[in-house]
Amino acid sequence: MHPFQYERANDAASAVALLSQAPRGAFLGGGTNLVDLMKLGVAQPELLIDVSHLSSDRIETLPNQGVRIGAAVRNSDLAADRTIRTRYPVLAQALLAGASGQLRNLATTGGNLLQRTRCVYFQDVSKPCNKREPGSGCPAREGYHRNLAILGASEACIATHPSDMAVAMAALDAVVRVLGPQGERTIPLTSFHRLPGDEPQRDTVLEHGELITAIDLPPLPFATRSHYRKVRDRASYAFALVSIAAAADLADGVIRDVRIAFGGVAAAPWRARKAEDLLRGAPVTETLLRQAAEAEFAAAQPLRENAFKVRLAGNLLVRTLLDLTQEEIR
Amino acid sequence: MDRPIVLKVNGTTHELSLDTRTTLLDALREHLGLNGPKKGCDHGQCGACTILLNGRRVNSCLTFAVAYQDAEIVTIEGLAADGQLHPLQQAFIKHDAFQCGYCTPGQICSAVGMLREVEAGWPSTVSEDLNANQITLSEDEIRERMSGNLCRCAAYANIVPAIAEVK
Repeated sequence: MHPFQYERANDAASAVALLSQAPRGAFLGGGTNLVDLMKLGVAQPELLIDVSHLSSDRIETLPNQGVRIGAAVRNSDLAADRTIRTRYPVLAQALLAGASGQLRNLATTGGNLLQRTRCVYFQDVSKPCNKREPGSGCPAREGYHRNLAILGASEACIATHPSDMAVAMAALDAVVRVLGPQGERTIPLTSFHRLPGDEPQRDTVLEHGELITAIDLPPLPFATRSHYRKVRDRASYAFALVSIAAAADLADGVIRDVRIAFGGVAAAPWRARKAEDLLRGAPVTETLLRQAAEAEFAAAQPLRENAFKVRLAGNLLVRTLLDLTQEEIR
Repeated sequence: MDRPIVLKVNGTTHELSLDTRTTLLDALREHLGLNGPKKGCDHGQCGACTILLNGRRVNSCLTFAVAYQDAEIVTIEGLAADGQLHPLQQAFIKHDAFQCGYCTPGQICSAVGMLREVEAGWPSTVSEDLNANQITLSEDEIRERMSGNLCRCAAYANIVPAIAEVK
């Protein structure tokens, strides 16, 4: 591992000031991904600025009845929070479907959003990877890509984003609050992660020095009926092949409103707006749900080993929405 | 880049000089002689290095010691009190919940943390009711909650009943 200096920031502003002056520095949260990447030689920061203890470790209800989640809130605390469990069950379920008990106790909300792809080539410094080393090439396209993207990929990169939490947050229209050298700004979660294009090294729209301080969930009353469903190679402690986060507002058998996002299909949590548009205002039927899935995945460009994801994602949408809406009819 | 680091482990405060790259796991094993926490994968995938950090179970291989100077650290060596094995240690022996024993300290520390999570009412991904006030610790619940601890001898058939006895 490359040597590094360690600093403990006193507050968010000083953390931002420190990193802004250190082009090869990085923030340290729970460390569950960053420490591993440092061991692998994938990440080589010269300065670590510890932000894991900063005061934003609270979950608060906002005046508009939305919820603000401090960036330092641990994944396990967020999943166990009563407000999250009752008002946004999809988020608690997504968190509980991710990692292990030990990792959830360390991992932070902000860090979860910033974790890197688990593409095997990205994590192996003896192999080319355009995300790790721009211009070096992408062996995944011809090699091992069972777990990689079917939507929004590019010639340069077919990585997927590994987070479960972010998929639920994308469905909930969460907003990322960021502090940078120029002050605060907010970024909708659905615009936070970038599709690779020809700059796969940039996972998110964050600029160097910017610190996630909190995530806001808007009030979404029908999210009390929401669900996260994850398909993976093992029953527990594995990344998603495909996952879905969904919330539906149903009245008299008609979908008044709906939120759907997929994980494991792209470099960003994939908000399924085409499917949502087809479903909004329509009576729930299996045929319609199937059409919505087909519309969403019409643009899919699967590869040799991950073509199964298209059908899997469609089946997930149909099953999850049927379960959610039938629950509501009962 | 060595620097002075203070660690509080099993109730004792230690003053060390460590490279910032030293993980808690390496600090415990190589510098404090606590060989209970094991280095299995060293990537947070096997759970053999599990310790309790401020009462919570974590993978010590994914933490830098320098970042946890104000934490209460407990390893398998710190679980027994007054010469009495911890109930989980006793249960593992009674149920023969190991073969080679390499994963055992991590399994037991993880189970201690896990039972506290259950006590606090934390749900898991297999919980029937996300909002239940009380968790019924079924075999499925134990297996799910302990999935971060691998046993290559596959002693799970005895680990699960050992934990179930203490729940």
